[in-house]
Amino acid sequence: MTYTKKDLTNLGVCMVLSLIIIPTFIKTEYWYTSILIPWLCLALATIGQQVVMGYTGQLALGAAGFMAAGAFAMFNLILRVPDLGFVGSLIVSGLIAAAFGILFGLPSLKVRGIYLMVATLASQFFIIWMIDKFGWFKNYDSSGIITAQDIVILGKPFTTPLAMYFVCLAVTTVLTLLAMNMARGSTGRNWMAVRDMDIAAESMGVSLLKTKVQAFAISAFYCGVAGALFAFCYLKSLEPVAFDIKLSFKILFMCILGGLGTINGAFIGAAFILLFPVLLNAVGNNVFHGAIDATIISSIEQVIFGLLMIVFMIYEPLGMAKLWENIKLKLKLKLTSSNRKT
Amino acid sequence: MAYERKFKIGEPILEVNNISLSFGGVKAITDTSFNVLEHEVRAIIGPNGAGKSSMLNCINGIYKPQQGTVSFMGKEIPNITPNIMAQMGLSRTFQNLALFKRMSVLDNILVGRKLHTKTNFLEVALQLPKVRKEEKINRDRSEEIISFLEIEDIKDTPVGKLPYGLQKKVELGRALATDSSIILLDEPMAGMNVEEKRDMCRFILKVNDELGTTMVLIEHDMGVVMDISDRVVVLDYGKVIGDGTPDEIMANQKVIDAYLGVAH
Repeated sequence: MTYTKKDLTNLGVCMVLSLIIIPTFIKTEYWYTSILIPWLCLALATIGQQVVMGYTGQLALGAAGFMAAGAFAMFNLILRVPDLGFVGSLIVSGLIAAAFGILFGLPSLKVRGIYLMVATLASQFFIIWMIDKFGWFKNYDSSGIITAQDIVILGKPFTTPLAMYFVCLAVTTVLTLLAMNMARGSTGRNWMAVRDMDIAAESMGVSLLKTKVQAFAISAFYCGVAGALFAFCYLKSLEPVAFDIKLSFKILFMCILGGLGTINGAFIGAAFILLFPVLLNAVGNNVFHGAIDATIISSIEQVIFGLLMIVFMIYEPLGMAKLWENIKLKLKLKLTSSNRKT
Repeated sequence: MAYERKFKIGEPILEVNNISLSFGGVKAITDTSFNVLEHEVRAIIGPNGAGKSSMLNCINGIYKPQQGTVSFMGKEIPNITPNIMAQMGLSRTFQNLALFKRMSVLDNILVGRKLHTKTNFLEVALQLPKVRKEEKINRDRSEEIISFLEIEDIKDTPVGKLPYGLQKKVELGRALATDSSIILLDEPMAGMNVEEKRDMCRFILKVNDELGTTMVLIEHDMGVVMDISDRVVVLDYGKVIGDGTPDEIMANQKVIDAYLGVAH
């Protein structure tokens, strides 16, 4: 596999946008702390969900559990093994989450579909329960909410919103590239073979056990790293409640709306689900000048999400990434045909 | 036969010994034995429900027979799984098409190269030079198979969107990509028109001829079977009722009865 010209231009555009244009034009802290940082973190977790659900076809629901495992592993590593440093701790917390991923991925060898979804829910509840039950994980903090340590990389503190944005951006970029390489290479082909027709995959020498466990481990690694960033850069605190089942569902929706089995869909889906409430609020405040109650707006938001899920499931099961492809294709066709006329 | 074969038919490569398979009370296969010689084209025929596909599934490890053994390359295989058989060099296609529907033709065939892919996921993630090298070898081989099967124009199409006949071709391609020494074909020509059938026969014979790949095929079209196979085994109600060259089979009274029915 080699990178096409299109890949390189896409990468270039993304880099210019995220490294130059966003930092120069966006000055308000709100955008970094409330939108860009959580977007990157959740997109990363959604890539994790994509690996196991979009690519390998295993209906898993428990991304937030692995995020919690990553976040609390990070807290304890920085607290107890300060020599590891931030980046080292981040990798090790991902690996710890991956270990949980392997453990909770094992049921996928026996059950599938909706039953697997129920089985993987165990991870969600078990990990949160474990952190709540044993005080050691929270360093015996009685308040329930622990403040996350400051991020220090190579002796330099990264505490401003912009600096934290760059930390998230760097981690997300590297992991996204690695995910793309896997998805397009032989690893991704094995995942998709298992998704599309497991018995044939096995007859071609693809080991179901290895492939499924591998997908769960990689997925949990991504979720773990995302959870650590989510806690340290966005929440700046650690509490198990932040990683409840609602977050798992949110990531599931991001995955489905963005487009199953696509990496860019993870970013589109995460952006949509994060930005949509912001947009609705802005409309409520600016168009109706606050005439609509905020609680009503949040209810409307739920209704529209539900509707969109149904609409997408029926008309475009491959999500917004596919929709975007189709729009591009249509524009291209229109342009070429209008060129021909003139 | 007039022409000289490059790969002479040799010793038995696959032996099925006294296999019995039942699903609950239904006996699919009863005490069946036959063998397949190296480099030959072996056909399995029989009326519907005779246990032909079940037989292939036993050989390939998808079904576990209650009795009997399968020996491959002179060795008895104790715990057969599809994966073990694939690693030993046995590949197959399926009766109802088992392609990876959302993947492109090229990707489907590339999955067939799985056992020739030694790099692990970390190396793939990092795109190490050896990954690129291996990927290039696998892609070149897949492209070769694609042009051999004359399906270059559809190689980037998702398989699910292709018509049935082409999907059968892709499935053969995927089996070929494994470079296995033996390929089991479960009704490779079902639902094809005469022209497509002729193409398929040509591909099967060409692979057998040029690469020496042993072919075991289940087929209903008697003309095709008698034309391309070296030896035929006939199953009826899960039992072998005839085994021999096409000419012998045609003269076998039991086979004629099974196919044409006996006057009562």
